[in-house]
Amino acid sequence: MKPVVVTGIGALASNGMSTETYWSATVDGTAGIGPISRFEPETYPIALAGEMASFDPKEHVPSRLLVETSMMSHLAIAAADAALADAKLVTSALPEYEMAVITANATGGVEVGQRELQKLWSEGPEHVSAYMSIAWFYAATTGQLSIRHKMRGHCGVVVSEQAGGLDAIGHARRLLNQGHRMALAGGTESTMAPAGLVAQIPTGHLSPRKDPARAYLPFDVDAVGYLPGEGGAILVLEEAGSAQARGVTQPYGEIVGYAATFDPRPGRGRPPTLWRAAEQAVADAGLTPADIDVVFADAYGIPSLDRVEADAIAAVFGPRGVPVTAPKTMTGRLYGGGGALDVATALLSIRDGVIPPTVNVTSVDPEYQIDLVLGESRPAPLRHALVLGRGYGGFNAAIVVKGNDN
Amino acid sequence: MRARRVAITGLGVVAPGGIGRKAFWERLTSGQSASRRITLFDPTGFRCQVAAEVDFDPAQYGLSPQEIRRMDRTAQFAVVATREALADSGLTTDELVPERTAVAVGNAVGCTMGLENEYVVLSDGGQKWLVDHEYAVPHGYDYFAPSSLGREVAWATHAEGPTAVVSSGCTSGIDALGYAAELLWEGSADVVIAGSTDAPISPITQACFDAIKATSTLNDQPDRACQPFDNERRGLVLGEGSAFFILEDTAAARRRGAHIYCEIVGYASRANAFHMTGLKPDGREMAEAIRVAMDQAQLNPDDIDYINAHGSGTRQNDRHETAAVKTSLGARAYDVPMSSIKSMVGHSLGGIGSIEIAACALAIEHDVVPPTANLYTRDPECDLDYVPLTARDHRTDAALSVGSGFGGFQSAIVVAADSGDRR
Repeated sequence: MKPVVVTGIGALASNGMSTETYWSATVDGTAGIGPISRFEPETYPIALAGEMASFDPKEHVPSRLLVETSMMSHLAIAAADAALADAKLVTSALPEYEMAVITANATGGVEVGQRELQKLWSEGPEHVSAYMSIAWFYAATTGQLSIRHKMRGHCGVVVSEQAGGLDAIGHARRLLNQGHRMALAGGTESTMAPAGLVAQIPTGHLSPRKDPARAYLPFDVDAVGYLPGEGGAILVLEEAGSAQARGVTQPYGEIVGYAATFDPRPGRGRPPTLWRAAEQAVADAGLTPADIDVVFADAYGIPSLDRVEADAIAAVFGPRGVPVTAPKTMTGRLYGGGGALDVATALLSIRDGVIPPTVNVTSVDPEYQIDLVLGESRPAPLRHALVLGRGYGGFNAAIVVKGNDN
Repeated sequence: MRARRVAITGLGVVAPGGIGRKAFWERLTSGQSASRRITLFDPTGFRCQVAAEVDFDPAQYGLSPQEIRRMDRTAQFAVVATREALADSGLTTDELVPERTAVAVGNAVGCTMGLENEYVVLSDGGQKWLVDHEYAVPHGYDYFAPSSLGREVAWATHAEGPTAVVSSGCTSGIDALGYAAELLWEGSADVVIAGSTDAPISPITQACFDAIKATSTLNDQPDRACQPFDNERRGLVLGEGSAFFILEDTAAARRRGAHIYCEIVGYASRANAFHMTGLKPDGREMAEAIRVAMDQAQLNPDDIDYINAHGSGTRQNDRHETAAVKTSLGARAYDVPMSSIKSMVGHSLGGIGSIEIAACALAIEHDVVPPTANLYTRDPECDLDYVPLTARDHRTDAALSVGSGFGGFQSAIVVAADSGDRR
């Protein structure tokens, strides 16, 4: 395997519209959760979200592009610009066919989709926008990033709901092993349209609570569901030799391990498989569990699924064997964007030697044998982090990152 | 050289005009188009009122009442095709090792029909922006998030290995097979259930393609509406369907005495970084994808016996693709039969890529290449051998299938008879 390094990060979420503002808020334990403002949610059993209320797409997206894209792509365009600037990567200096784009997506551009469905059904087919077909579909973001940055290598999209961000990075790493020199990889998402949120209500997984401090409490005895959020991250991944050749001496770190598994159908009498994704990713990295300094949890916020994750972590690392955290308690769950943001957060944690906290959680279920970092950030020398992600229906993915040796 | 090789040992197809691989192949070799006036919704008022539909009764194909309620038509197609493929491979779910069985599903537009049906109810016919959650059905989120398709195929095969939906628009069906082959090549799985599915014949999809004027307007001659490479072509005709494959390590397949249709020997995808829907006539990036896929396959242009064209029935595609094949195959381009089965089964978006690979596998199996239906007067700019109207006996050991889609994505895959069997 050729080493694959992360040389640029573009992160954004409701608690920070840029990588550094997001990171400082996250270290401080400042959440971006608030009442839903994009539409009036009063009739729904959901009140809160991690909306990117102060993100103005016009500041990030040219007007011509604005009309043919949805919020998920606006966020990606902003994140990718930031990541490339952070990496100081001049794309014109790299061979066009050796630059890839791999994003994760879960629900498509729901606000555009709902708007155009409404036009179709209330006004007729001739009222559907010519941009609908390219704005809402799951591959819209990858296509727009490819065009914007003239990246003509492999451009793809993976959908595994909220495991997707990790699968996108895992797939990009595969491509970099086979001759691509760089990849934009990650995901951003917004489900903030009435139809997008209402579709999730019957899953029973959305938290109905109205108090931002008590709504999304993964691993807590009082967990009742998750909150939706907007945002995500796009990373610049480079084949290490290629990065070195252009003078990169301080990458954030390296993607050293990846694995994905799928859970058996409930009722088949077989155990869930998240533990195996974790174990295989650590093995793929050539490491043992003892080498992992921190775990970024998927942190579903549903008791039955929290238990599966706590048991998986305890099985791989031993009871309370490794610090575990869930900074997504500050942003909500970000669908295709969540895994990539967690990988970005893990790399920044290693860089600064600090584990950001799991906010609002106060009473971890005593049956969970995990050392959850609560309340405040915990300083710690960090070298390797494991990031876990799960997608609705049974998807599991795990990534191991290693900090920069320098 | 790769340590492992990837064999296709099972094949299942749900396509317009024929469910099951036998009926599918009969349809393709008949040269008869399955496109007709749309029956899945009332197309009155739409620019294009024609599509290639599957006559599909899910109960007849073994789906249980609960599966029928839970799954959108897109997922139903996938599960029916998967079960056929698994039975064809001679493997059973009991023989598959769950941890070593992976799933890769290509899909472009999710569960469109389920999503649109739910939307119409929740919005009370498009009247309410604040849709009514009281009317939300248990599986509504499955229709928004096409990851549900991966789940259904995994559940149908008891797979517990890496599972993903590959959603790169109209190249998804090729890209899913490429993704699956990578999982085998790198050793992440021993068997991959791979294929693609879409059931997009719904008012919103039709309105989308009508809005960009990509659709055929030959509404009074439905079976003639899709005319790839013909000078009179009017645009694409939507289709629906699915094809799934059982992929396994060739050495393992030989050991168990499995029938090997062919091997996946090369795959590449490139992007034009030009326009979300527009194509430049030079076909440059598709040519590059073909070149890389042949290079991986260690095949020369002279080794390619058949090309399954993207052939969507639009002028820009026909010229783009013709140029790409000439650039990548050189003089050989003029000697290789190249046909578009979309002329018969329509364009099923993410579904068609795998359906076309199934056509390639069956062309290798039977040494017959399917025709391009409705091709009477070739576009003078398109001067290759598009196999007009009639299927042709043609020794086929290696086939290339190409796809082109929104986002500017261009994909190419090469399948070839197991070299142990090659004559």
